[in-house]
Amino acid sequence: MSSHTAEGHAHTHHTTTGLDNRKIAIWAFIGSECMLFASLIATYLIYKGRSLVGPFPHTEYVNEAGKIFKPILDIPVTSASTFVLLASSFAMVLALQAVQLKGVPLPANAGWWTRSQRSSQLWLGVTAFLGATFLGFQAYEFTSFVHEGLTIKTNLFGSTFFTLTGFHGAHVTVGVLWLMSLLFVDRSRGLAGPSDELLVDITALYWHFVDVVWIVIFTLVYLIQ
Amino acid sequence: MAHDATPAGQHAPGAHAHAHPTGATYLKIFVILSVITIIEVWAYYIPSLVASPLFNPALIAMSAAKFVIVVLFYMHLKFDHKLFRLLFAGPMIIAAATITALLFLFKQLSIF
Repeated sequence: MSSHTAEGHAHTHHTTTGLDNRKIAIWAFIGSECMLFASLIATYLIYKGRSLVGPFPHTEYVNEAGKIFKPILDIPVTSASTFVLLASSFAMVLALQAVQLKGVPLPANAGWWTRSQRSSQLWLGVTAFLGATFLGFQAYEFTSFVHEGLTIKTNLFGSTFFTLTGFHGAHVTVGVLWLMSLLFVDRSRGLAGPSDELLVDITALYWHFVDVVWIVIFTLVYLIQ
Repeated sequence: MAHDATPAGQHAPGAHAHAHPTGATYLKIFVILSVITIIEVWAYYIPSLVASPLFNPALIAMSAAKFVIVVLFYMHLKFDHKLFRLLFAGPMIIAAATITALLFLFKQLSIF
């Protein structure tokens, strides 16, 4: 556990790197997650365009019985969910900033925007809500795909698509639960001080990582044809 | 709104001191990310752009720009200790090299 001196950022304990081990651990974890998602993305790209039967992501498919399957990806819906996830990252940085600014006096002429930036509960709640909204979009997308005839067993596209986006959705779910637990702590005893800042910082790093993974998935899976 | 608060564990004693971006900067970054996303989606619906050989590289470039912006500013890697940059950049280089190698190996990419 580290703590700041009155002058600033000196720590009362020492590690061999001079950095908090928990922050090093989250960056190492994020590095390993990069490679996990790289393997899933590579698998998706390798099998891209190699499905023998539809539905296909960007093109129409007619089966032997003459049934027509429209292109399955719903770009407007996914664009909306992408925007929601980007907005959640913005809310997350404001949550971290709010915790960092605990104890710093508000200017006398502070407007509503300045005041709202000081509420860590507000921004943690907004981030969790937007994350849950993203999951709602994903649940809608998965359900509609199954209704339209695409499951994880239908073709190579279905297998790789559901695996890649399902793994990402699982990470978002963990993030939402993590955010809700932080919100619970904030409501029960308040988040303040260097140790709590670190907790929120680590959560924020995980959440932004989930966001950047989706940035890549959105382009490679949904937009590139 | 500028401030000096910095998350715990980010700076070793004697390490560089700095201020993180302000709320206004975070808002500007969000607007930039949103605009890039709107351009990406808009381009998707223009058949002449989709048919262009530059379409995919342009999309990848825009996606990479968003990725870098989030990592540098929202994840504060631009301002953090270089060890964190190393911990992120190392696996990213391995990941990118692995994807590229596999795409060549399975003939999804080719030079000729």
